[in-house]
Amino acid sequence: MSVAFDPSLEAAPGSLLNARNMIVAALLAVLALLPLYSLVTGDTFVLTLFTRVLILAIGAVSLNLIMGYGGMVSFGHAAYLGIGGYAVGILAKEGIGSGLVQWPVAIAASALYALAVGALSLRTRGVYFIMITLAFAQMIYYVAIGLDRYGGDDGLTIYKRSELGDLLDLNNKTLFYYLCFAILLGSIYLVSRLVNSRFGLVIRGARSNERRMRAIGFPTFRYKLMCFVIAGALCGLAGALLANHTNFISPAMMHWTRSGDLIVMVVLGGLGSLFGPVIGAVTFLLLEEGLSRLTEYSNLILGPILLLVAIYLHGGIEGLIEGRRRG
Amino acid sequence: MARSILQTESLTRRFGGVVAADAITLEIAPDEVHAVIGPNGAGKTTLIGLLSGEVVPQRGSIRFDGADITRLPVYRRSQLGLARSFQITSLFRELTALDNVALAVQAHRGHSFRFWRDARREDELRKPAFEALARIGLAERAGVRVDKLSHGECRQLEIAMALATEPRLLLLDEPMAGMAPDESARMVQILRRLKGSMTILLIEHDMDAVFALADRLTVLVYGRIIAGGPPEAIRADPAVRQAYLGEKDGGDRRDRHG
Repeated sequence: MSVAFDPSLEAAPGSLLNARNMIVAALLAVLALLPLYSLVTGDTFVLTLFTRVLILAIGAVSLNLIMGYGGMVSFGHAAYLGIGGYAVGILAKEGIGSGLVQWPVAIAASALYALAVGALSLRTRGVYFIMITLAFAQMIYYVAIGLDRYGGDDGLTIYKRSELGDLLDLNNKTLFYYLCFAILLGSIYLVSRLVNSRFGLVIRGARSNERRMRAIGFPTFRYKLMCFVIAGALCGLAGALLANHTNFISPAMMHWTRSGDLIVMVVLGGLGSLFGPVIGAVTFLLLEEGLSRLTEYSNLILGPILLLVAIYLHGGIEGLIEGRRRG
Repeated sequence: MARSILQTESLTRRFGGVVAADAITLEIAPDEVHAVIGPNGAGKTTLIGLLSGEVVPQRGSIRFDGADITRLPVYRRSQLGLARSFQITSLFRELTALDNVALAVQAHRGHSFRFWRDARREDELRKPAFEALARIGLAERAGVRVDKLSHGECRQLEIAMALATEPRLLLLDEPMAGMAPDESARMVQILRRLKGSMTILLIEHDMDAVFALADRLTVLVYGRIIAGGPPEAIRADPAVRQAYLGEKDGGDRRDRHG
């Protein structure tokens, strides 16, 4: 018997050609070709919509890292979108236009904030954890409202997108779309490495049974905190992208309902699955967009749909596909 | 007696009005199997909690291998070589048996701030983990998810995980809990093989197992030690017979944990 087993949490597929992988591949293909469609048909709205989908998917990937793999349900994840966005907006207003400054600042500020929030909230569990992450996010939200110089409640228009040299002109919508797509794929790859590394197994072990983790000798707190910080940094980058996408920042970016949206995307796609957040983000934002065109009361339809997913689909949409494959 | 590996000094812990540990002074010699017995509610699991660090004593001290560990957190004690198994199976249910044990190995191979390499392909972790599984008779079940294992197998895995941390002192909290007689007998065999290679503190209701394994016994009643010594002496002790051994035949020894 060989020692080299390859057991895996997300079910090691016997063949690459299973339903789940095909769906993911199809989705990625659609996302990759979307700008061509937009170019041919001249439909720029779809490109704008999907750029937004990609950016929020990065946020969902980040949340999935702590929530899906680490069991840390952060109800304040939109705060990182805001911090990343405000880093870009504030620096732009102060005349620092280089993305090579703005983006690292966005990432670092989010990481620092995550460090502070995590250091406090990770000492608690369950509902208390959720409430503390929410409380911090609300605090940041009101801080943003108080920033009169940067638009306060009304927000701030960003007149120039981040400058990343001549080759990467973010004003080029197609280019910006592909940059977001590349960052999304990169973040998924990052998470796939992380969750299967020693570090990742500690995180997953702590989600599964933290008491046992301590008993076998792991100081779990510091690993969870590190995970929280990594996720915060990644979502901060998404925030920087979002600010560039909308050319605008406002406290609404980090309203608590936005944190809720991110949770919904992750749950919809399937907790703790690599591509789940992408599926979740696409589904959620398309539903939201589509329903809001049909009726003013789109939430009346969206709500029950989410409820049904939560009740019947524990593995999210990915789980549903997986289940069908099995039989 | 050789220098003791574990020593407690008037260890005391109250929960509200209940004294779960009442001035427990205990010495355990290297490489002995020391069983702690007592009726339900005698404070046996509290004692394991105190020794492993999950329960903080209000008074008293614990020395492990000469060092005071009274205030050390759970994970530090594990790193010093103090391992425990749980009375109620406590595993990583979504992971395979091998993953479970590999995590225990990993905990003792330096820090885990390693973010990139696939931990499931590291021989440094997988090999010792597999050996620990083999030692306990679970080698063929290595790739099976824990939630697909039988109760008896989970109990074995409990021990394998503790073993994988290469402990010098193994705290076993009712390893036979809820086991069928044949599974119990197998566990006794497994534990017998471990005898001599490490110190074992065994809490167990199954008196046949206790007397088959233990070099020395301590009898706990209402958080207090009422007797201690070699098995023959304990068996003959009238106070023990009255407090505990006599009750055992009532057939209710598993009532609490089903």
